[in-house]
Amino acid sequence: MMTMVQALNSALRAVLAEDDRVLVLGQDIGELGGVFRVTDGLRKDFGADRVVDSLLAESSIVGTAIGLALRGYRPVCEIQFDGFVYPAFNQIVSQLAKLHARTRGRVRLPVVIRIPAGGGIGAVEHHSESNEAYFAHTAGLRVVYCSDANDAHWMLRQAVRSDDPVIFYEPKRRYWAKAEVAAAQDPARVLPLDRARVARPGRDLTLLSYGGMIQVCLDAAETAASEGHELEVIDLRSLSPLDTPTLVASVIRTRRAVVVHEAPTFLGLGSELAAQITERCFYHLEAPVLRVGGYNLPYPPARLEDHYLPDIDRVLAAVDRALAF
Amino acid sequence: MPLKYPTHKAEVDVEPIQLLSPDGELVSREDVPIDVTAELCRDFYRRMTLARRLDTQALNLQRQGELGLWLQCWGQEAAQVGSVTAIRPEDWVFPSYRDHAAALCRGITPAELLSQWRGCAASGWDPYRYRFGVYTLVLAAQLPHATGFAMGVLRDGADEIVLTYFGDGASSEGDASESFNWAATAQAPVLFFCQNNQWAISTPSAAQTRTALHQRAAGFGLTSYLVDGNDVLAVHAVTRLAAAGIRAGNGPALVEARTYRMGGHSTSDDPRRYRTAGELEQWRALDPIDRLRLLLDRRDWADGAFYDALAREADDLAADVRRTCLRLQPPALAELFDEVLAGPSAPLAEEREEHLAYLGGFVTEDATA
Repeated sequence: MMTMVQALNSALRAVLAEDDRVLVLGQDIGELGGVFRVTDGLRKDFGADRVVDSLLAESSIVGTAIGLALRGYRPVCEIQFDGFVYPAFNQIVSQLAKLHARTRGRVRLPVVIRIPAGGGIGAVEHHSESNEAYFAHTAGLRVVYCSDANDAHWMLRQAVRSDDPVIFYEPKRRYWAKAEVAAAQDPARVLPLDRARVARPGRDLTLLSYGGMIQVCLDAAETAASEGHELEVIDLRSLSPLDTPTLVASVIRTRRAVVVHEAPTFLGLGSELAAQITERCFYHLEAPVLRVGGYNLPYPPARLEDHYLPDIDRVLAAVDRALAF
Repeated sequence: MPLKYPTHKAEVDVEPIQLLSPDGELVSREDVPIDVTAELCRDFYRRMTLARRLDTQALNLQRQGELGLWLQCWGQEAAQVGSVTAIRPEDWVFPSYRDHAAALCRGITPAELLSQWRGCAASGWDPYRYRFGVYTLVLAAQLPHATGFAMGVLRDGADEIVLTYFGDGASSEGDASESFNWAATAQAPVLFFCQNNQWAISTPSAAQTRTALHQRAAGFGLTSYLVDGNDVLAVHAVTRLAAAGIRAGNGPALVEARTYRMGGHSTSDDPRRYRTAGELEQWRALDPIDRLRLLLDRRDWADGAFYDALAREADDLAADVRRTCLRLQPPALAELFDEVLAGPSAPLAEEREEHLAYLGGFVTEDATA
């Protein structure tokens, strides 16, 4: 059993050991081991020239990573907190995402940007944001979100091997949750990076979610089971590209879908999921696709976040509405 | 007693390094060595003349509706030719978007140069082939790329440097300051080359910065130089000096070349709205090509046959630019779906099929015949 932090750390160890071109780059990731200790001990084992403390300049963390990738390196950047990625927005959206297309595939930028994200840990402002939709909206990026230690480990290793830029989200609230990490790339436990996963099978309704909300959905499904409703929980894992066939197959069976994410609902991933499911499953649906998400407010002060973030009760309230249609 | 702030040293007025006076006289400086030969001067003259001819022809093509936009390098030929020829072929260049003279020196073809502006491509050339990055239209965004690339060079222990171009306007961007700072901190082998062409669209460089850029560089720990950007010999010598220092392990450097954007910012701009005709005339007297011609003629380093041959070569280039421009075609939209990502994407593949099916749904005259 490993915590998600340990699983990420061991993934970084593995990729650093496998490939000399891999560099880890970020603020306070060296001696300190990162503010969440994800890079703990890596500098000692791989050296300061491979585990590089960046300056406090997010745009340049991504910008220099692009230059390093052009030179043949495979940088893995850490953005310290979700809310700190915005200074790097231009480099990610206008540079990193576009150079492959701009050069008609001649330039490949295997850059991974790790972002500890989401709320639920009582943090101060700018430290609990869910900004995945901005990047999923941008062509040229892969956007993935892990939800447990096993996926954290293997998805990160796959992301580093990918020749595309990958925005790699890690749910802070699950950092210290333990899970068994598969010892090898066992196909039963290690899915391809762009595939969704059925986290819990069920026949009455599909909960579509990712990241820190997966555990909330699993808990909601457990409660619903005691009330006689079998909910299927799908962990999207890849937000872009979406594994639409897996989602559609589930909703065609269950005929009802509720999307759950921490991000505000307006133009969040749920909007896209609702549209796609409606387009593809219209005659199978017994209810409209419902969304449970953060309210459309700036992320509230920490003492209010329990009222802002979807919890079991809010998920079950939406489930009840969908089942009653 | 009122708190007294420390006073800053007033800006020192430094004269740009000049090796060729505006009236075509050579100026010798021991601290900036250069072996001025007839051959070198003829080569620079030829490169600058051809670049200007391409630039003028592209302007014409835009005015005739064949290019969507063009950003002239008119007036900046010496800054570009002098600098890019002072580094080695293996050294990478990260350009801005007006660096056509430098691009031509690197072997980039007119078709590759024009396709972006004709709306046929997002960038026309393979950066790996020419060691010349794609044009970057978001100001200063190329500077961290150059810095990161140079960090890689340093890690590889390679005997290379990285040259990156930017302008006086771009020097205000955060990415510029971040890159100066990061390059200096990492001692990355980058040469930041500012073509201070006096205007950022309509904002004069005096309004852009309180401290001259070459002086600001010192605060970042960069070695810096101020050079007459319309003096191709001085630009060449100073760039070579700066590059040698970087290659010797002295850390990154910055060159500020004082030059002038003779045309508008772009073909959509009208500089008459914000600058005087008198200013343009002042700078016209400092034209980099005319200045070198004065030297060539004064020393008798070029004869009529040279100028005639060059005129024919320029005519041929202009004809070639026009011909290749008119032949440029965009790829089919369907091709772009496969170029977004290096790896597979099922949604993109599906969207591509939908697009093709939509196109296939049109019944053509031929098909019904």
